[in-house]
Amino acid sequence: MLLLIKYTLLYGIVLMLVALGGMFSEHSGIINIALEGIMVIGGVAGVLALTLLPATMPAWLIVVISILAAALAGMVYSLLLAFASINLKADQTIGGTALNLLATAVAVVLAKYFSESGSAKLNYSNRPFLFSIGGLEMSVFVPLGLILLVVSYVVMYKTRFGLRLRACGEHPQAADSVGINVYKMRYAGVLISGALGAIGGMAYIVPPVQTWNFEVGVAGAGFLALAVMIFGQWKPFHIFGAAMFFAVFKSLANIADSTFLANLGWSSNIYNMMPFIASMIILAFTSKNSMAPKAEGIPYDKGSR
Amino acid sequence: MSGFMDKKKMLSRDGKGRSAFVSVLAALLCILIGLACGYLVLLAINAEHAWTDGFVRILMGGFYDAPYGVGRTLANAAPLVMTGLSVAFAFKTGLFNIGAAGQYTLGAYGALYCAIILHLPWYVSLIVSAVLGGLWGAIPGLFKAYLNINEVITSIMFNWIALYLVNEVIYAGGTGPMYDARNTRTLNLRRMEGAEGVTIPDFGLNDMFQTNSTTIAIFLAIVVAIVIWVILDKTTFGYELKAVGLNKNAARYAGINEKKNLVLSMVIAGALAGFGAGLYYLSGVSEWNPLNSTTLPAMGFNGISVALLASSNPIGTIFSALFISHITVGGSFLSTRYYPTEIADLISGIIIYLCAFSMLFRGRIAKLLSGGKRADKSGEKEG
Amino acid sequence: MAEDYVIEMLHITKEFPGIKANDDITLQLRKGEVHALLGENGAGKSTLMSVLFGLYQPEQGTIRKNGKEVQIRNPNDANALGIGMVHQHFKLVECFTVLDNIILGVEPNKLGFLQKAEARKKVMALSEKYGLRVDPDALVSDISVGMQQRVEILKMLYRDNEILIFDEPTAVLTPQEIDELMEIMRGFKKEGKSILFITHKLNEIMAVADRCTVLRKGKYVGVVDIANTTQEELSRMMVGRDVQLQVEKAPAKPGEVILDVQHVTVPSSTHKKNAVKDVSFQVRAGEIVCLAGIEGNGQTEFVYGLTGLEKVSDGKITFCGQDITHASIRQRSKDGMSHIPEDRHKHGLVLDYTLENNMVLQRYWQPEFQNHGFIRKDKVREYSDRLIEQYDVRSGQGSATIARSMSGGNQQKAIIAREIDRDPKLLVAVQPTRGLDVGAIEYIHRQIVAQRDAGKAVLLVSLELDEVMNLSDRILVMYEGEVVGEFDPKTTTVQELGLYMAGARKQGKGE
Repeated sequence: MLLLIKYTLLYGIVLMLVALGGMFSEHSGIINIALEGIMVIGGVAGVLALTLLPATMPAWLIVVISILAAALAGMVYSLLLAFASINLKADQTIGGTALNLLATAVAVVLAKYFSESGSAKLNYSNRPFLFSIGGLEMSVFVPLGLILLVVSYVVMYKTRFGLRLRACGEHPQAADSVGINVYKMRYAGVLISGALGAIGGMAYIVPPVQTWNFEVGVAGAGFLALAVMIFGQWKPFHIFGAAMFFAVFKSLANIADSTFLANLGWSSNIYNMMPFIASMIILAFTSKNSMAPKAEGIPYDKGSR
Repeated sequence: MSGFMDKKKMLSRDGKGRSAFVSVLAALLCILIGLACGYLVLLAINAEHAWTDGFVRILMGGFYDAPYGVGRTLANAAPLVMTGLSVAFAFKTGLFNIGAAGQYTLGAYGALYCAIILHLPWYVSLIVSAVLGGLWGAIPGLFKAYLNINEVITSIMFNWIALYLVNEVIYAGGTGPMYDARNTRTLNLRRMEGAEGVTIPDFGLNDMFQTNSTTIAIFLAIVVAIVIWVILDKTTFGYELKAVGLNKNAARYAGINEKKNLVLSMVIAGALAGFGAGLYYLSGVSEWNPLNSTTLPAMGFNGISVALLASSNPIGTIFSALFISHITVGGSFLSTRYYPTEIADLISGIIIYLCAFSMLFRGRIAKLLSGGKRADKSGEKEG
Repeated sequence: MAEDYVIEMLHITKEFPGIKANDDITLQLRKGEVHALLGENGAGKSTLMSVLFGLYQPEQGTIRKNGKEVQIRNPNDANALGIGMVHQHFKLVECFTVLDNIILGVEPNKLGFLQKAEARKKVMALSEKYGLRVDPDALVSDISVGMQQRVEILKMLYRDNEILIFDEPTAVLTPQEIDELMEIMRGFKKEGKSILFITHKLNEIMAVADRCTVLRKGKYVGVVDIANTTQEELSRMMVGRDVQLQVEKAPAKPGEVILDVQHVTVPSSTHKKNAVKDVSFQVRAGEIVCLAGIEGNGQTEFVYGLTGLEKVSDGKITFCGQDITHASIRQRSKDGMSHIPEDRHKHGLVLDYTLENNMVLQRYWQPEFQNHGFIRKDKVREYSDRLIEQYDVRSGQGSATIARSMSGGNQQKAIIAREIDRDPKLLVAVQPTRGLDVGAIEYIHRQIVAQRDAGKAVLLVSLELDEVMNLSDRILVMYEGEVVGEFDPKTTTVQELGLYMAGARKQGKGE
């Protein structure tokens, strides 16, 4: 049971972080389907920072620097999405898909370049990221994620920035007419999603294992985060709940063999499938009253009012 | 009178030819920039070998090791044409079929099951793979038409569901009858018992290219591409599909059943992707690895590049698929001592990214060509 | 004297690809006046105001405030100069509260954190002072169009704007609400605020404006004192010639019943209530029946129900003696129902199709145009060429023109050609002249009357009371989804219709 909680928290926080990222982007009006790719980029940047930093450095500093490296890489990468969809008014879904494909290639090329073996596997130490409370081993991403959740909520609903961001996703012409720079706000939304998505990517890869093969990317976690965001109705605390709900299935896949569930004889494939099926069922039932930002996916053109 | 009509026809063909020309130019521009970026990466990794051992090998593609490499290019291009067609066809109906990977997965299962378990002749297996792909494509279509859920989300979810499902059925805890534990893959079609007629015939192509998987698949793909072009361009069905794609509301207003067309379009798109998987696996290019549960078949996603590069033109997909296949094979000839083979993926990734806003290129090129004198939508501007 | 003017726009020129929207236009606004800006659709009024508001940059010309030249690069600059604008299409975020909408862009904050309490105080005070009733905590999506307009006005007042622009503010209001708005404008004038009032309605100008600048086809025509002018003169300045706004038509000769609508109810797609409630009426051959009403009172949904775009939840529709309540759109079209849709871009045309493909939008499947599923492109071209010729549809490359590149007037003409040429028994025309200039309006009105005279039944849906009074043989007023009254245009007045349109009066059921 403890194990179930542990895995659920670990994986749930990942989904939540990435979904929160998606939320910021979509509230600004940009569909960010590139979250999967941003996770990969964040993961490879964070892991590279880990391997390159001297082991003699204090643990907390390693944690801070590598997380910042991931966030920064994610932001830079998300600039590509922002540029294509905001300035060039490209189709956001296609642009995002391209970035997903590109991300894996970039990550593998980078990993192969830096790894000693010439393979896409990188080895690192995850010790600095782990701590334990009462026998429950936790990663630093759990408290970090909870803090970011509260911060996200406050930013979104209690600040001037949040109000303006949401206005851009709902009705950019209205925002423009009261002097808000829609392009700037959308850039902000996408950049925040880049940072959160990248941190999420690192949180996915680093805590559980000490080596990662970047050929596998993040196995659809970014896409699942999109479903979490939709299920969470683009609201921070709902997203938290949705993320934990989805994470339970994933945890079951991990611990199935060692518990009573083994008697069912289900393979990990079945458990892996479940969150995807669950998300489709949920989407089917909630599709009628979607709370999606109205202007998402539509490029904003100052000329056309 | 007939001369008059001819002139008019020529005029309209001229307009069409011009827009095709612009599309081709835009595609070439994307390719050029993509290749340039690839070269920069090669330079960054190892400047000394970047030209001859890197860039030239990618550019030469299969010709670096002809005729074997060319055979491989053709073998890989066949399924790519199909997944490209799948994405392009859905585009025409205003749908983004990111689910080609999942439909391809189902198609692969159909083909392999028919070949390995049922020993059915290849053409029957191909049809089965198309049917399974079509069924899988129908799901996002139904979700879109009747629940108004974006097909992108549905397709993504069903991609993964397809992967886990097919892996589970083939592997079955290591005991699946299609599974060959020694290779950790499905049984090799050419080496298993009762193999006669299950693979697509090659009519001597394998001897010609000194390969063992270059079959007539590429020609089948080309025929399908032409059929799709005829459907889209010449028939009332194509007229309806495109009307739905360009303006769903107007199509409905015109009495076209837009829901039926949405679903049908996705079914056909799925069938095309599934057929592509059939072409690939029934040619014996490689076997399915059911232990890989973290990556979807790249064919599906590369189909997106192919379609974008071709501006969703069915005939164009033939050429863009050959190109993508060409540089991918070229990438595999890179010497691993200096460069990772994924550079080719990197280049095609950059190319799709550029294609995503190639509309912009197209607009610019069209403007350049016409000297910027075109008057467009203006009368409507409220005064 | 220059210091008389609070705002001057001098020799403004603004071009869009292919068109000069503003060509050397001058407009001078005095402090404390109501200044009307008159022009037809497409005359360049909105463009000029967008320039003043900083949404567009002019290629030539200068703007002066109190005699000093100023640069207005964006709405912030305009706001800093005290210029505010109520846009024709409200710029309100639907899922925000009234208060959030008012403060958006000028949010009171401490370190970026919103301080809504003080904002609320100021908004309530302004609302009190000018009699602009609003509920600050209501969501914009839940309030009436009239209240939305008050929110827009409060947005300007909240920013302490001195120069208030109203872009076609009366289009969405009932005659009574329009009177109220005029009163509010006079109140602003007393406070020393200057008002720019954009419109194409002459009687409103006569009622409230002090002076009027007239534009035509992007050019400046002149400025006149309202006290020394007449409606006829203004109209001539606006159109450039004498306008025969009264359509000449003989009395109707109604024949058999073509359309019989009984107790029809249509659910709303946006909220839980029914958009159309228990509507019953008949349309006979050879008469024009008009559904009048303020936008959003169920007319759109009724037409959707009638034409099959939306499902009817209750009631019965009989068309030429056949029950078509649940018939498909294609079936209705086959039976002889033509539909000129409200939104030509949403429903009327596939904008990226060629004109010829649009001309056969409902007919491509007929044997005339296809052979075993293959489209007969030569026949399509022939047919389209004939329609273009006959109905004088102008476009760059004839049948091969992409519909998107055509002007609004010609797009509408193409739709009308297509719908009329199908020789329908019933023509449903929804706001057929919206956004068009006088020439096109006259043309379309003549076509509609000609259809009536040819013995067709015509159901016209219009928001323009002038059009309603001019064209119809019978008028039905819709309010909140119900038909609240039936009138004869010869015996009723605009004022009387207005009372019904606003829901202030209602005729008893069963008349």
